Amino acid sequence: MNNKITVSCTKKNLKQIRDFVTEYLAGYKLTDILMNQIVLAVDEICANLIIHANHEDPSKNISLAITEKAGMLKFEIIDNGVAFRRSEYREPNIEEHIRIGKKGGVGIALVNRIMDRVEFESNTRQNTCLLYKKIK
Amino acid sequence: MKITNQIKDTTIIITLDGELDASSSVMLDEALSDPEIMTYSKILVDCKDLNYISSAGLGVFISHLQRFEDAQIKLIFYNMQDKVRNVFEILGLDLLMTIVSDYEEAMTIADE
Repeated sequence: MNNKITVSCTKKNLKQIRDFVTEYLAGYKLTDILMNQIVLAVDEICANLIIHANHEDPSKNISLAITEKAGMLKFEIIDNGVAFRRSEYREPNIEEHIRIGKKGGVGIALVNRIMDRVEFESNTRQNTCLLYKKIK
Repeated sequence: MKITNQIKDTTIIITLDGELDASSSVMLDEALSDPEIMTYSKILVDCKDLNYISSAGLGVFISHLQRFEDAQIKLIFYNMQDKVRNVFEILGLDLLMTIVSDYEEAMTIADE
């Protein structure tokens, strides 16, 4: 089964990424809700990388590889943009977002709540985000 | 993503059809930013054919909610698929926004 996809950094390609994840997971007989959660978490990371790390530059790419071992799904998302600084991340206060009319900043909170493990690694060549989800 | 509006007296019914992600949520933001929307007393959002929502879509509703509340405009979601409602629930938005089962219930709440 094809487990890797590379797309250029435009928001229009998010649909292609979601379809790829959905197709890969089709054989695992997940519930609608769990399937949607996993697709969402990957979409959120890819959207952040496309928009914030790579400034929607279509000459740049992100790639996603999915593997499964002993009931643990692993999503490896690689890009060459600006690295995510986890130390600067703060969990959002949604009520405050509503009060001030803030539009963004809740995507990573979704990812953290959906996935079992979320890791970010960066070196001089590339950034890697690893998402893990136990499904069995 | 297809967004259609239907007007019934002082109520505007917004029907969402498709997937609301970082790309398509711009359309929704434009629709909710239209000054005309502030002339209605109720905004009903029909989510029957909303198959997907990401944080960008949620963010659009989050960013307009207070403005509607300040203007005493009720924002009510109905016909929401379980998997979409689950995304609202993960962030606790189901407790901060009004989500009901169907059109009849939405109209009843809107008339209160």
